[in-house]
Amino acid sequence: MAQTLAEKIIAHHVYDPSHSDSVPELSPGDLIEVNVDIVLANDITAPISLREFEKLGVERVFDPDKVVLVADHFAPNKDIKSAEQCALMRRFAREQDLPHHYDVGQMGIEHVLLHEQGLVLPGDVVVGADSHTCTYGALGAFATGMGSTDIAVAMATGRIWMRVPETKRFVYTGTLQPWVGGKDLILYTIGMIGVSGALYQAMEFTGPAIDALSMAGRFTMANMAIEAGAKAGLFAVDASTESYVAGRAKRPYQVFASDPDAPVAEVIEIDASTIEPQVALPHLPENARPISEVGEVRIDQAVIGSCTNGRLEDLRIAAGLLKGKQVNRDVRCIVIPGTQQVYLDALREGLIEAFIEAGAVVSTPTCGPCLGGYMGILAAGERAVSTTNRNFRGRMGHTDSEVYLSGPAVAAASALTGHISSPEEV
Amino acid sequence: MSTDGKTLGGRLRGRVWKYGDNIDTDVIIPARYLNMSTAEELARHCMEDIDPRFATEVEAGDIIVGGENFGCGSSREHAPLAIKGAGITCVVAESFARIFYRNAINIGLPIIVCPEASREAEDGDEMVIDLEAGRITNTRLDKSYTTSPFPPFIMKIIQAGGLIPYTRAQLASAEG
Ligand code: SF4
Repeated sequence: MAQTLAEKIIAHHVYDPSHSDSVPELSPGDLIEVNVDIVLANDITAPISLREFEKLGVERVFDPDKVVLVADHFAPNKDIKSAEQCALMRRFAREQDLPHHYDVGQMGIEHVLLHEQGLVLPGDVVVGADSHTCTYGALGAFATGMGSTDIAVAMATGRIWMRVPETKRFVYTGTLQPWVGGKDLILYTIGMIGVSGALYQAMEFTGPAIDALSMAGRFTMANMAIEAGAKAGLFAVDASTESYVAGRAKRPYQVFASDPDAPVAEVIEIDASTIEPQVALPHLPENARPISEVGEVRIDQAVIGSCTNGRLEDLRIAAGLLKGKQVNRDVRCIVIPGTQQVYLDALREGLIEAFIEAGAVVSTPTCGPCLGGYMGILAAGERAVSTTNRNFRGRMGHTDSEVYLSGPAVAAASALTGHISSPEEV
Repeated sequence: MSTDGKTLGGRLRGRVWKYGDNIDTDVIIPARYLNMSTAEELARHCMEDIDPRFATEVEAGDIIVGGENFGCGSSREHAPLAIKGAGITCVVAESFARIFYRNAINIGLPIIVCPEASREAEDGDEMVIDLEAGRITNTRLDKSYTTSPFPPFIMKIIQAGGLIPYTRAQLASAEG
């Protein structure tokens, strides 16, 4: 039977107590137990996972090489309670001898870090106690976010229950306009189908415009699949994927592809050549508008970073616009490289210098303001343009503050003008 | 707080707190409180950005009714924990975000998809819910609604009291 990429990956991971070699045929809606390749938690979700892990009465995690812990949300520790949460995670990592515990100095934002470090590979099943775990779908892996209790069980047993999702296929044709990237494609798509437009489904991103898209752009798109309610966002493995993975992978991996005739819930065709840079207005990612229709919106802060757009390519775009210019006096421009490696590469390329000379600040890798944690909280009545993924009420600070989502080009251009602007304007 | 007689499988009766579509995890429990992780601590800030009365006026046994895509956004289990900690015994909605749905089942917070009952309920109504029979009654409207039962696999998790006791039992039987 013809199957989609998501169905094939899941089928190859079905838990089989009898250890037979057969791969089951799965259909959407089937409830099954799957073996996982990587289990992930962070400093805010791990504490609950560890508490639940203890209740299971299991001594050791199922495989120390497959459990990844990252202190990124409130790290470097923002206050005493955060410090205690990170300490709890650190203690567990030491007790369990976990080689992949990323603490301050090695850490980066988890969904920029794991693939950079070659921990997630094509064909994997990855579960993480963080909703943006879906980012790894860019590699042709089946990756999905779950809660802390699920992750505790996965850490202990190496398996988890899941429901096989239907697939919704998005086909992007045409050539992208200047300044349009993965962020604009995904905001446009969510604007089209809404924040529950792919509820419980796997989104599959295909088409000539996707073939031409960089890996960074694909990570950005897969990252926001959850913003349409999806369980996962997947891309086929191609030459770009293979060259990204080469030199990073430390174990073999398997490449699966959707059968062209596999039944899917829906196929949506999008002419990507008509898409302008997008901005999602408060307070939902589905409020996407082309930049030309946003109007005059003054901003107080511009944030460039996060697991959505904190990669080197994003910083290059922002630095390209900011270099030799000055951030508007009324704007705080905060740049957050996604990982230590991104930070170092940006430094070596002279991007960090460009940011500082332009009057932006550059932070150590952290989630920080993305979830209203610290490092750039908004006061009542303040407005930010941000390359992050959620603009829910109060997400970046006070409930009466506003977040406008965009790609790095619009965020950098807006930092220069003081109002939400097209990069064409600067 | 006591939830006697209001546990899974029992009959629940409570006041309705009615909310709209896309109630996200950031309004259920804002990220600024994620440096805490116990249900009691989290409950004190539950819903505060959308309904400041909630945390102070909610009573044990109350019921939350939402619209579409309830619990969308982050994977934070803090969200259903805060709701459970506040004494809410059931969440009824037109639809749920999938991670929230899993999390609620996993921690033993009953959660029911029932579009009609959700749409017709108003804030302050009284609902009676029979989980086993899959029946919701709105006493103001004097109207009952039937919901589709949980899939058997999920019902097993619920009957075990959540994913942790379920898994513990599985592990024990595998060893024995
Ligand atoms: S950067 Fe933002 S969205 Fe990404 S993991 Fe951190 S808090 Fe979550």
